[in-house]
Amino acid sequence: MKRFLALYAGAAYLFLYAPLFVLGVFSFNASKIAAWRGFTCNWYAKVFHDPALLDGTMNSLTIALVATIVSTIIGTLAGYALWKKRLPWLTNSLYLSLLTPEIVTGISLLAFFEWAFHFLHVQLGMHTVILAHISFSLAYVVIVILARLRTLDPALEEAALDLGANEWEVFRRITVPLLLPGIIAAALLCFTVSFDDYVITSLVAGVNSETLPMIIYAMARKGVSPEVNALSVMITMGLGVFILVAGRLEQRA
Amino acid sequence: MKHLRAAFLAPGVAVMAILFFAPLLIVLAYSLLTRGAYGGVVPPWTGESYARVFDPLYGEILYRSVWIAGVSTALCLALGFPLALYIARAARHKGLLLNLVMLPFWTSFLIRTYAWMFLLRDTGLINSMLLSLHVIREPLPLLFNTGAVILGLVYGYLPFMVLPLYATLEKLDPYLLDAAADLGAAPFVTVWRVVVPLAKPGMVAGCLLVFIPCLGAYLTPDLMGGGKTVMAGNLVQNQFTTARDWPFGAAVSLVLMVLVLVVTRALMRRTEELL
Repeated sequence: MKRFLALYAGAAYLFLYAPLFVLGVFSFNASKIAAWRGFTCNWYAKVFHDPALLDGTMNSLTIALVATIVSTIIGTLAGYALWKKRLPWLTNSLYLSLLTPEIVTGISLLAFFEWAFHFLHVQLGMHTVILAHISFSLAYVVIVILARLRTLDPALEEAALDLGANEWEVFRRITVPLLLPGIIAAALLCFTVSFDDYVITSLVAGVNSETLPMIIYAMARKGVSPEVNALSVMITMGLGVFILVAGRLEQRA
Repeated sequence: MKHLRAAFLAPGVAVMAILFFAPLLIVLAYSLLTRGAYGGVVPPWTGESYARVFDPLYGEILYRSVWIAGVSTALCLALGFPLALYIARAARHKGLLLNLVMLPFWTSFLIRTYAWMFLLRDTGLINSMLLSLHVIREPLPLLFNTGAVILGLVYGYLPFMVLPLYATLEKLDPYLLDAAADLGAAPFVTVWRVVVPLAKPGMVAGCLLVFIPCLGAYLTPDLMGGGKTVMAGNLVQNQFTTARDWPFGAAVSLVLMVLVLVVTRALMRRTEELL
């Protein structure tokens, strides 16, 4: 039984990692087709010289950065307030936003923006993408922050209050420093989901706001492209490091 | 304290109200209006779009979505259970083994889908290898079919199944297994009659976490199905872009939302009963 399970687990890990591993190997393939023709780093060089890819990377980074900062601040404050007093309607709304299929979130935001544009003279663009990302990443932040807050000792806050600190000072000087690993973990997670999103982004993006996932999607539709392989390897590595760091921070009590 | 808490809550509540609930309300309104001549929506108010969701042509897409999500969930359960059991019973490195399952999930979903396309397409790695070895003459149709969509969903959401299964299996008292073995049960009988019943809460939670995103899947059927296996998510996207029938797209979205909520409620209640 034990041996069977171990063998099975080995096969399962192979299933999880083999596709990504193969993609990594073929990002160094000298040929454009899926047959090995020798080693090259050309595709990586090409990625760095493709203006569309560089633009897309800049857009993705800008969007993820702004959305992460806003979401993390708003989510941390909301998480703290929810820790002080439970509000089931708000928690349930946040869970509902997580359960909503991405395509539904995307088209509802698109419909909302189009409607709002009747009154405001703006168009779809980076700002609409950023707003959409803040909306769908907020729930992740609140969940991570609440999990972290539950590990805190409430006596620390009470002690600070007894010693004459007001609520804001307690939050600012006691809770935030203790919560910092959780806040950073939430931010990294937020950045990851934002940087990776395609479905919602593609619906609310306008001209000049093409993101990296949108470019990868277009290339994936066209066919095998070693450039995408190289790009994928770099993104996977980058996001992987982010997630490992976030996991470490979350575990450290 | 009250003022500070209100101030802390305000931005979060505002984001949820303006960027989550208001858009859903607009979709609700759109779903009850009539399609305009050039897209968009016009009066009068009507429930006609909802009637169309259930007519045979589109009802089939909804039914197919439920079916594909169900099969994918069942496969995730069958594939995830032994893996979770292995991790839960491992002597060392449990955390590492579990993180190794979760890690691909947190890297790009799009890239993971692309990786499978790289393997499966006509000019992909598997077909090129088989062709060059002269095992086959024509490339096998591995991509752009329902099987490929299910594969993509199982690959994408397997970690969601393993996580809750592991959580329940990890808490399982190992003496129960010893007792079953002492009483003469074969290892597989022990798993089937002792471990599986005790792991039910984890199984229900895992099924919920896999079924919900599969039901609303858009990207996987779009890329791995190549537009041939249409699910509800693709129908919504199509109505809002190509077909420009917003009321119908909105109605499909809300039916999808209701389905998600009904399934969540049912499975949550089941978990509460079991716990």
